[in-house]
Formats: sequence, structure tokens, C-alpha cells
Amino acid sequence: MSQLKNPSRRTFLKSGAAVGGGLVIGVSLPGMFNNAFAAADSSAINAWVRIGSDNSITILCARSEMGQGVVMALPTLVAEELEVDLNKVKVEFAPPGEVYINSMLGGQLTGGSTSVRDAWEKLRIAGAQARMMLVAAAAQEWGVDTAKCTARNGMVSGPKGKMAKYGQLAEAASKLPVPKDVVLKDPSKFRYVGKPLKRMDTAGKITGKTEFGIDVKLPGMLYASLAQCPVIGGKVVSFDAAKAKGMPGVKHVVQITDGVAVVADSWWQAKQARDAIDVKWDEGPNKALNSESVSAGLATAMSQPGAQIKQQGNVAEAMKTAAKTVQATYEMPFLSHSPLEPMNFTADVRKDSALLIGSIQFQQLAMGMASAITGLKPEQITIKTTFLGGGFGRRIDCDYMAQAVEISKTVGAPVKLVWTREDDMTHDFYRPISLTQMSGGLDASGKPVALSFKMSSPSVTARLFPPLVKDGVDPLMTEAILVPYDIPNQSVATVIHDTGLRVGYMRSVSHALNVFANESFIDEMAAAAGKDPYEYRLALLDKQPRFKNVLQLAAEKAGWGKPLPSGRARGIGLMEGYDTYMAQVAEVSVVDGAVKVHRVVVAVDLGRMVNPNIVEQQLESNIVFGLTALLYGDITLKDGRVQQSNFHEYKLLRMPECPKIEMHIVKSTEKPGGIGEPGMALLSPTVANAVFALTGKRLRKMPFRLA
Amino acid sequence: MITFTVNGKQASADVPGDTPLLWVLRDTLGMTGTKFGCGAQLCGACTVHLDGQPVRSCGTPVSAAAGKKVTTIEGVAASAAGKKVQAAWAALDVPQCGYCQSGQIMSATALLTAKPKPTDADIDSAMAGNICRCGTYPRIRAAIHKAAGSKEA
Ligand code: FES
Ligand code: FES
Repeated sequence: MSQLKNPSRRTFLKSGAAVGGGLVIGVSLPGMFNNAFAAADSSAINAWVRIGSDNSITILCARSEMGQGVVMALPTLVAEELEVDLNKVKVEFAPPGEVYINSMLGGQLTGGSTSVRDAWEKLRIAGAQARMMLVAAAAQEWGVDTAKCTARNGMVSGPKGKMAKYGQLAEAASKLPVPKDVVLKDPSKFRYVGKPLKRMDTAGKITGKTEFGIDVKLPGMLYASLAQCPVIGGKVVSFDAAKAKGMPGVKHVVQITDGVAVVADSWWQAKQARDAIDVKWDEGPNKALNSESVSAGLATAMSQPGAQIKQQGNVAEAMKTAAKTVQATYEMPFLSHSPLEPMNFTADVRKDSALLIGSIQFQQLAMGMASAITGLKPEQITIKTTFLGGGFGRRIDCDYMAQAVEISKTVGAPVKLVWTREDDMTHDFYRPISLTQMSGGLDASGKPVALSFKMSSPSVTARLFPPLVKDGVDPLMTEAILVPYDIPNQSVATVIHDTGLRVGYMRSVSHALNVFANESFIDEMAAAAGKDPYEYRLALLDKQPRFKNVLQLAAEKAGWGKPLPSGRARGIGLMEGYDTYMAQVAEVSVVDGAVKVHRVVVAVDLGRMVNPNIVEQQLESNIVFGLTALLYGDITLKDGRVQQSNFHEYKLLRMPECPKIEMHIVKSTEKPGGIGEPGMALLSPTVANAVFALTGKRLRKMPFRLA
Repeated sequence: MITFTVNGKQASADVPGDTPLLWVLRDTLGMTGTKFGCGAQLCGACTVHLDGQPVRSCGTPVSAAAGKKVTTIEGVAASAAGKKVQAAWAALDVPQCGYCQSGQIMSATALLTAKPKPTDADIDSAMAGNICRCGTYPRIRAAIHKAAGSKEA
């Protein structure tokens, strides 16, 4: 058992390939996908649409809802073409199934701000096909040509006033062939797409009715709390559970791969008994890890050649002849995802079946894990995804699910495992730490002629999807690594360095690391040139109209160059991520020796939108998330242990610190870009640049400390 | 056996008196609207009203509720302030993941009950104990103003 988890993860995550710029994580799990919807009743028109004889309309959502609004946005795309009243639609989360694979990622996975980009055509086509089948069923019944029938508001109407509700047609429609030639609506005809509609999951979330993973209850369910080694990766040597076993409500104390679990009638009982167990740990290879040695390791790794991401012109030569040179080193710490719902999971493993329910971001990984641990076939395993109380990338990993499955299998009962906040903070897959060295050369007029970028950082992909790391390049470590600016000589390189602490994808992934360095450094070059940082950037963007446009928009709306009250200053930043172009201007002051952000102006061009209301939510969310990171985010290590345990030591932004956020969205007919992530990446350089403008001090290390 | 009322109904729990009210609500009484976020009175996700006052139920032993009135998210709509808060939350589409929102609504309702026209400073101090990792703060502020009928909304 103890060997199970990692090897199994390796074996079922097979090939992967980067295809046409989009990253494809090829996950092969033979046999797991047997037309997930075939088992459903005859109300299933296709994998996305179910229509009951009572005219109830259910749209399946194949991405996990963790706040970003997919539960609204994706059904909107289906409903637009299906011609139904979106307000009356019910939404259910989809089971694992081949048809639900995210083709930008190659797995049934929510991440990479890909949900809308992947679904944009696919779900409209699915909606249109279902509609066409309903129309065909009506035409057949009436013996008329389909061209004489139209669909609207859940109803097909035909010649001579003939009408039929979708519910009357569903069964016949489900037996018809799937139409191949689908003509999608012209965007000018959209009723729902592009409109700032209110989310349909709001009602449940303001009444306490929404079911998150932690709220799941099964008949006969027991509750579990798990003692894990304080050093991640450590193993149980022995334990004394005599006292715990005698405590009220305690049903079982069992050892699993990751530690010792107490299973009891209530969670509080389980947790108290867990605290009464004395476990001896073999702390494993990481027991001596500390922050100082990790940083030293990153610095040493810098001396390796690494992988060359870009080589243009001759940087060394250009630096020699440059009128001025600039050097800077930027540092980012480990971060914890800390979604507000701590990790938890419910599993009911039986001899010939298993049920898994909870907050899942990567259904396929969950399926592969469950199959490997239980020895059951995928068709014997049911996976249900609830609402997620935040994810931010943490719930892509399935360590906590595997633990629940192991516990349930061992005790032979349905079990809900709930981590404490302390468990969650000390057993995360942390956002990679990074060190970036930059240098640049300016000509006599101040124009940049050379730029060199070199980063060392651990690779998440090397852990989760090793085949995707080729020739030392992790494509998820190099996002936004190339500047949009016209600089003739450039050298960009990365060094993958495993520090020992496990790392995971976190909102905006490597955009955050690379944009911090790049956008701080271009500001440093502007300062060295004695130029205004906005004008300096603008002059280098002649070949980049979308970048240029958002930069100008942000500057204009923020009143760039206009006087501010004394003690305040502005900074500016610019990026592209997930096909979304964004500029920000932050207005800051220093209060009691700490950075205070008063106002953030965001200009964004994300192409076509499904729902501007949700886009604005995500922009706000990203500013708050980014501000938390730059003011506070810092996971440190001592004796192999993560030193932060709860929100007093790992602070998250609170209401009084929240700045005014102003958003300006460019009207665009470009293909949709992702919006769940880019904003947080850009805030740190934008604020650092503002602090420089105010104080003359460069903040090159996050979190920002002025003293 | 400890007895108290929850949302106007009699409730009892046969648990040790030091069991946090949070777990009695969630596991014993099956009312899962009240959330567990930190267990250390740091995040506010577990906020309920005890005799009308907002408390962190993760740090409130159930014995402290004996004979008292507990109000949770499931019952907050019974008060005029609670109703207004929920309506404003819906009108401005406040929630994202939604996990913190029960606690936010309980804190906001307590604020509006005590101060029907709160200032921004009142909002800052009343809401500072409620973390929202998703960053719904701008909409929470606007929704509280809206519920109060003030023009900042
Ligand atoms: S769970 Fe009670 S304050 Fe966080
Ligand atoms: S809405 Fe997700 S934590 Fe507040």
C-alpha cells in the first residue's frame, strides 16, 4: 500500500504533447470512459442536454465550479443555441467521460483559464445539435420539412400553428442521428452570450444551501481526521493509539500511506482522538530543509546553463557597447493556495463498487487514483463533483481524495475525511519559489538594446506530467516569459531546480513569476533612461496593437501624469496571459512603513466574453488575490516543516485593505481569452513600480517589505 | 444534554459541553450552511448569531449556547435585516465560490441590525473578521450599502 500512490500516478499519466501552441496533457486511462451519459435515461439528447417529459431542462457542466463562474458561463453557451430559457435550466456537474475532456488540456480538468476557450464553439455546437434533433423530431411527427419549423424558448413551432414543447419531443429526438452540418448563430443574434447576466448559483450560496465537498453526507457515514507527518513525505514508524481508541465515538484507528487516521461518529471526536495519538515519524529526506538552504540552492542552480527559451541577436556584444547597463534580481517565495474550504473528501469503497464525492478539479486523476487504490474497474467507480469552496489549483492534486479512499477501503464504511486548516496549510503543493536575474543595456538615447532573463525555479510539471518537460523546458514555467517590447538582442533561459518541497500549479502559474520580473525590469530600464515608464513602454509596442491599446486605456482612465495628493504615486504594468491582454495602474502610499494600495485601474482586452458580470468578478478577485500575495504571501521552512499553520501566520487580505478597483473592458471580436488568472500576476510589478515612483526604493522580493 | 433554540426551533445535543457549536450545528444537527474555514476564530466562515450577537461558532463551546437563541444562515431571512442583506447580495451577485458567504452575511446582518446606516469605516471594522479568499470585498461593501439604502450603492 505504501508504494501505491506515486507509482500509480506515474503510470496513468502517460503521453503528453504540446500541440499548436496549446498545451495538451495527454492522459490515457484505457477503459475509463464508457459513454458516461449512455446510462442516463432517454431524456439525454446528448452528453450536455437532458430534457424530461415534464419539460425540465438540465445542462451538464463538465468543469468544476470554484468561484470562477463556469457553472453559469458554460450552460449559457449551450442554452444560447438550444433556444431555452436560461433561467429555467437546471445545471448538474458532469461525471467523468471522454466527451467531457478539455481539449486544450487533454484531460477532464479545470485549469489554465481554459474553460470558456475550450467550450466556446464546442458547447454552442452541442446546443445547436440538440436543438436540431428536437426540430427534426417535431418535423417527423408532423410530416413536414424541418425548414418549416423553428425552435424558441423550449418549444418547436411548425406550419398551421403546430407547437410542441421540448419535453414532448425529447424521447424521439434522442434516437435521431446527430446532425453534422451545424450553423451557429451570428454573434449579433446572441440573447445570452455577452450579456452581464446574474449567476444562477448565487441563490444557493446566500442561503447556505449549496453543497460543497465538506457538506456531503452519506447514510452510515463516519468522519475521519488524519495525522500526517509534519515534514511532507515522512512516513509512520509506529504509533500508540491506546488512549485514542478509548475516546468517545471513536470507531477505528488505522494506518494508511500518509499517516494515521481516526474514524469516529463525528468529526470533532475524530479530531480530538487524533490529537491524542502519539506517532513516531520517519521524517524522510526533507527533514533538514529550511528556507536559507532552499534559497542558496536556487542561487547555485543559476550557474547552470539551463534551457534557452529565446536567443535573438547577441546580448553579450550589445551589453558591451551599451551606453548604460542595468542589473536586478527578483525573488518570489513559496505560496499556499489556501482556498477557504479546507481539503476534504468523501468515499464509500465497497467490494465491487466505489463512490467518491467532493471538491475535485481533475476528475480523470481522481478516477485513475481510485481505480489504482481499490483495484476496481472505472465502470465500478462513481465520481461526483460538488461545488468547490475555492480551488486556485490546489484541487488538481488528489492526495486528500486518495487518503479518503484508503480509509474507507480499510474500515469498510463510507467516510468523510476533513483536514484542519493547519493540515491544509502545512500539506499544500506550494506555488514554486523563484529567483530571476535580469540585465539590460540601453543605448545613448535610453532605448533598450539588450535584455537577458534567467530564472531558476522548481517545476510542477516535472512532478505531475513529467513527459511534458522536454529538453529542460517546462512549458508551464515559461508563461509570459517573453516581453512584448521591441528589443533587438534578447536571451531568455530557465533552470529547473527541485528544492525538495513539493510544488503545485497555482492561479496564474508562472505568469506571476515572470511578469513580476519582466514588468519590474522594464520599469527599471525606464528609470535608468530617465523616461516616464508609461511612455517608455509605449514607444516599444509599435508591433503590438492589443498590448498598446490596453496600456493606453489604463493610463488614460487612471489619469496617468495627472497630479496626485502628496504621499501618493502611481505605477503601471502590462502583460498577456491566456490570450488576454491587460494593463494595470496602481495608486499607492506608505502608511506606518507598509505599502497601502488605494486604487487599481485595470484595462483588459479578452476578446469575446460570455458574461461580463463574471469577468468583472474575476478581475476583482484577481486584484485581491494578487494583493494578498504581494503584501503577505510567504511560506517558509524550518527543519523540514512549513512554519505557517493558520491565517494568523499566513495572512489573507481583509476588507479594510481592499482597494478601489476600476475596470475597463475593451469591446472586441477576437476569440475569447481566459480571465480567471491573469490579473493577479500583474499586480505585484504594478505596485512595486508605484512604490518606486513614490519612494525611490525598488521592491524586488515578495512579499514586499519596505524596512 | 444541552438545549437551545436554532432559528426559532428547539434543538438539543448530547455532546460534551466543550464541543464547538460549529460542529454541533454541522454534524449533530445536520445544518451545513455554517462553514468551517480555520477553526481558530481567524476567518469568520463559521459566524452565527448568539442571542443576536455575531460569534465565531468554531470558538464557542456549545455549553455557551445553552438556553440561548442561535441564528444561522438557514434562518437569517427571518429578520428584516437578514432579508435585506440577502436581497442585496443577490442583486449585486456577491458570491464567487460562496464558501465564506454564510459568514459574511451573518456579520453584515449583525452590522445592519446594530447600525442601519453604516459608514465605510463601520463596514471595515464589522467585516474585518471575515476572510474572502475569492476577493468579493468590493461587492460585499456595495451590497451592505445597498441593503442599508444608502447612496454609495
Ligand atoms: S472557522 Fe471559525 S473563524 Fe474560521
Ligand atoms: S466567495 Fe470564495 S471565499 Fe468568499
